[in-house]
Amino acid sequence: MNRRTVLALVAGAALLLPGCTGTGGTSKGADAKAPDDPSKVSGDITVLTVRTDLVQDGTMKKYAAEFNKIYPKVKVEFQALTNYEAEIKIRMNTEDYGDVLLIPAVIKKNDYPKFFASLGTEAERAAKYRFTDFTTVDGKVYGQSPVGVMPGFVYNKRVWREAGITEWPTTTAGFLAGLKAIKQKTDAVPYYTNFAAQWPLTSWTYVNGSVGCDPRATTKLAQGDPWARGSDLRVGDGLLYDIVRQGLAEKDPTTTNWELSKPQLAKGEIATQWLGTWAIIQFQDAAKKAGVNPEDIGFMPFPAQSDGAFCATVGPDYNQAVNVHSPHKEAARAWIDWFTDKSGYDRDNLAISPLKDAPMPQVLKPYDDAGVKLIELDDSAGAEVKLIDDESEVGIYKPEYRQDLVDLARGAKKGSLDDFLADLGKKWTATQKSVTGR
Amino acid sequence: MTHTTEKVPSEAAAPASEGTTPLPAPRRTRTWRVLTPWLFLLAPLALLITFTYAPIANMVAYSFTDWDGVSPELHYTGAENYTEIFTREDLFQVFFVSGYYLIASVIQIVAALYFATILSFQVRFRNFYKGVLFFPSLVNGVAIGFVFLYFFQDGGTFDTVLGLFGVHTDHAWLGTPFSANTSLAGVSVWRYLGMNFVLFLGAIQSIPGELYEASELDGATRWHQFRYIILPGIKPVLTLTVILSVSGSLSAFEIPYIMTGGATGTETFVIQTVKLAFQFNKTGLASAAAVVLLLIILLVTWVQRRLVPDDRVDLV
Repeated sequence: MNRRTVLALVAGAALLLPGCTGTGGTSKGADAKAPDDPSKVSGDITVLTVRTDLVQDGTMKKYAAEFNKIYPKVKVEFQALTNYEAEIKIRMNTEDYGDVLLIPAVIKKNDYPKFFASLGTEAERAAKYRFTDFTTVDGKVYGQSPVGVMPGFVYNKRVWREAGITEWPTTTAGFLAGLKAIKQKTDAVPYYTNFAAQWPLTSWTYVNGSVGCDPRATTKLAQGDPWARGSDLRVGDGLLYDIVRQGLAEKDPTTTNWELSKPQLAKGEIATQWLGTWAIIQFQDAAKKAGVNPEDIGFMPFPAQSDGAFCATVGPDYNQAVNVHSPHKEAARAWIDWFTDKSGYDRDNLAISPLKDAPMPQVLKPYDDAGVKLIELDDSAGAEVKLIDDESEVGIYKPEYRQDLVDLARGAKKGSLDDFLADLGKKWTATQKSVTGR
Repeated sequence: MTHTTEKVPSEAAAPASEGTTPLPAPRRTRTWRVLTPWLFLLAPLALLITFTYAPIANMVAYSFTDWDGVSPELHYTGAENYTEIFTREDLFQVFFVSGYYLIASVIQIVAALYFATILSFQVRFRNFYKGVLFFPSLVNGVAIGFVFLYFFQDGGTFDTVLGLFGVHTDHAWLGTPFSANTSLAGVSVWRYLGMNFVLFLGAIQSIPGELYEASELDGATRWHQFRYIILPGIKPVLTLTVILSVSGSLSAFEIPYIMTGGATGTETFVIQTVKLAFQFNKTGLASAAAVVLLLIILLVTWVQRRLVPDDRVDLV
């Protein structure tokens, strides 16, 4: 017994001694310069992506082949990660996390220079690209999203038409009335929460900015109570609450199925879902597979108007960045530039181009016709919001609080909406003080 | 590994030399004799230390820091994480959920014991039933989670089966905290029953057969046999199972995480810890929570061993 204890102690001490952090690189401040001569750049690069589907069906390989026509000496390999955020977090403790990767949410903005090579100064990039301030640290840009996304309702045009609604509702009350009409006049489920898949609920946070049409909406989150009366999040959460409360959502949210919801919406069994422009192509594909008209998939803005116009926010998807430890930074940079500017990835996905001078995609023509005002949110307080969010464990970018909200609305959890949101606001503002010292 | 193979000839030679000379074995042989078991232990120990104890030591170290799981910088914060855990009651409320699993594990142990006893006697198709009962333990827990998600769906398998018996409940099985937790605990009974059953069956079969014959001569019924032969005979295994069940209930994770992700009041302590670590990036706090859970389980086990001491049973 005695000898065993001693042995255990020695072993334990030996294990505790060596620092125990698996943290990688301290190199900081490298640049990934764009190559001058495409034919001379060489190296094998690994590109990490979340698009498992595109890697499996060979689409990414086709992009790589196109890329090789201009950069013949660069060999591109793809790695698709199904559970990107969780897996990349572990890998970023080492130096081996691909040459090109997507900036995960977990990395604090101020740590970007430790993990990624800079793509240039904000001054020079902002002239050409959208979303530069989302990845800017000390005047240098560290990432670039290949597409722009815009939150909104994906809806089935036919069902809404059958319910007698042809104009987009301009108020939340009008929207609810529309859903009610769908419930009465059609067999469709008016709204689908996708509660069980969890992440679709988080898209409700992106109502922020659309409601009040304020480009500084993110800064407001950092400085005040996000659920104050009349604030964007409160209006959005209030709408979701009312939808569920009035029985306009699916009957049993706890067993929903995301993959199945796509053909269901395409076929008109589901009328509406709050998602984003990125989802349009997936629903159209689902429509084609189900043998129904993909033209039925529509997209509408949040039902709120300021100065007589709808408002929608355009933001980046995952930003691509170059690993600061990559031995082939030029090749990696070449890939990002090519993928952003020339690959046609944005058009293939019916997405908004990251280039400032590019036209809006065809699917958003109704937005043009209706005169929807497109704004880009100022993200200078984005890092602060993320920090408050994590510290307070409120989780505006996590599914949990909206799941609670839905449970509250359908009576599976006791309490009132006002108390619930006031409680969140209290947690948020209390953390705000400790984080920012204000 | 090379050392162990080198070792074999000298070890084989040792008894022969002992046979001819009654003197103590030469120093080299003795050293080898002491070393041999350790050399054999080298591989498993290396694996054990690398994959079990080193991560635990790391976790304990992280629990004293504010690490976010990825940043190159981390600060030593002393016992701050532990203070936070013990001063925030919301972190402990999730243990109520464990109550459902605790009740379920009582049912599970009783059922497993019942089946093990029945099937240890001569029963028709007993091997078939053994297979049926053990089967769920072979299926991957994640797969079970998904299968039962369909099972509990509105109009899913469960509703269909109930419909066959004329019961149309129209109940959302995962819809309310009580119903959801009961359903999940039910799934975990289904999942782990087989394991307990096999443990009990093995223990029961190690009881010598003469005991039953002798007791039958004395006029004992099946109940008497169970009460006075089987139950005392498998007491060590029973105690072990209870301990495993209690610690399993406190750290329930797989099934609720896959099926509901902790929504609708089904969050267990481990799910909460995972959320802290991977959603809110509070790796330090989550590590501390994991350490606290470990300590709680050790404490519960210790109390249990105190209440039910594991004395040797002598049947004969």
